[in-house]
Amino acid sequence: MIDFTSIQQMLEQARADGLPLWDAIRQADCHLQNITPEQSWEKMHAMLDAMIQADESYRESDRSHSGLVGGDGGRMARYGQGGNTLCGPFLTDVMAGALRMGECNACMKRIVAAPTAGACGVLPALLLPYAKHFGATKDQLVQALYVASGFGMVIAARASISGAEGGCQAEIGSAAAMGAAAVVHLQGGGPEQMAGACAMAVKNLLGLVCDPVGGLVEVPCVKRNVIGAMDALSAAQMAMAGITSRVPPDQVLDAMAEVGHSLPHTLRETGKGGLAATPFGLEYAPKDL
Amino acid sequence: MNLFDILGPVMVGPSSSHTAGAVRIGRMARSLLGQEPVKADILLHGSFASTGEGHGTHQAIIAGLLGLAPDDSRVPDSFALAKERGLRFTFSPCTLRDVHPNSALITLEGAQGGRLEVGASSPGGGRIRVFRLDGLDTSFTGALPTLVVHNSDQPGCVSKVTRALADWGLNVATLQLNRGGRGGSAVMVIECDQPISQDTAQQIRALPGIMRVTCYTPDEEGA
Repeated sequence: MIDFTSIQQMLEQARADGLPLWDAIRQADCHLQNITPEQSWEKMHAMLDAMIQADESYRESDRSHSGLVGGDGGRMARYGQGGNTLCGPFLTDVMAGALRMGECNACMKRIVAAPTAGACGVLPALLLPYAKHFGATKDQLVQALYVASGFGMVIAARASISGAEGGCQAEIGSAAAMGAAAVVHLQGGGPEQMAGACAMAVKNLLGLVCDPVGGLVEVPCVKRNVIGAMDALSAAQMAMAGITSRVPPDQVLDAMAEVGHSLPHTLRETGKGGLAATPFGLEYAPKDL
Repeated sequence: MNLFDILGPVMVGPSSSHTAGAVRIGRMARSLLGQEPVKADILLHGSFASTGEGHGTHQAIIAGLLGLAPDDSRVPDSFALAKERGLRFTFSPCTLRDVHPNSALITLEGAQGGRLEVGASSPGGGRIRVFRLDGLDTSFTGALPTLVVHNSDQPGCVSKVTRALADWGLNVATLQLNRGGRGGSAVMVIECDQPISQDTAQQIRALPGIMRVTCYTPDEEGA
């Protein structure tokens, strides 16, 4: 049974069981929750549906409590409609999707934490435009979500998925790593390529600090969902091209844990360092009570 | 931890600790009161006090007090719903000692005249921990079925309660007992592996020395 303590164990177990990685992860979930594969599948399907509903709930006119966040998802989509974008239609849709979901979260809409609320935009921004541009069934997207959560489980066990504990690398970095593996699955890559994509996505955001202006999940969190999605795609594309992570994936996660613990507390969700401590950020700083 | 702690919960944003966890604190307080709350005085401590407004923490706690779940899209509009349902409330900042920065102390009055003071924290990921009940220290999360017994500080109360649980075939996972002072009132918090039925609670309520019994059952969104 996959115990989610290491990526290597996860891959070896799936191979030993003769199961595709997503199904081996589902089996382990059934064991953990004491539910049937059908019940697990239904729950994961509900997560995908909730993501789709959240994306559809976006309104360009919505603004966050501070007024700092809102409207950018609409701006990006309109830029895309012009047809002459820098990054092309797929990446423009990905960026717009990440902004939309991040803004939905900041504006108190119903979202799916993946793995956290602040990073909720990365996975849907990858999966929904992927289905639109390259064609993927809902069932394939649900399989991709199993892959994403399996890698997320190992990240949570070996490193962290909490900004207060490990900085933004633990939130957006984890979401990007999960998303990279999920996209490799959709592209038909093998488990080793998924693991490599996960590792490369983490490596490329290693050390990212959590420095929210005013201590709120708004600035820079919403736009970091964009870089998380783009990081995931570049890692997935490298993996599909046969490029591997030189540092073994589990060792990358251990480095992520070590880097997280080394971050000063001002850069771990306290709203006291980085962008939060700029003159602009300080205008939004909470008054100490 | 399972896959749906990583992918999920489905929740109203923006923050699992300051919004989803705050809804759960309200739900827990409502459940422990055991009746429809009509008045709530809410003290916010630390980060809940300083950044709560921007995170919708106030609306989230009220939503929970009204029984809404963290993924209910009415969470942002809970103040209007409170007015409709006749729940009056106040919020004030406060400083509590030795508690997590994301903490609230809620004093509730119920429609049938019940009163309860609950202190709870939201340390992250939407998980919560109750740290105070009616002025007495405690510690439980609501992850397991939980029995809360207010009893008078006299010999035999604990054994009578645990005897009753054994008779109903309930396994005690954890047990805590705290008292205000010798011979005064005490609070027992018992986490069980199996759900605690109303019949069990009723039988314990009838035991001598027992003042109040509340059970908390974790639900799909709960705890």
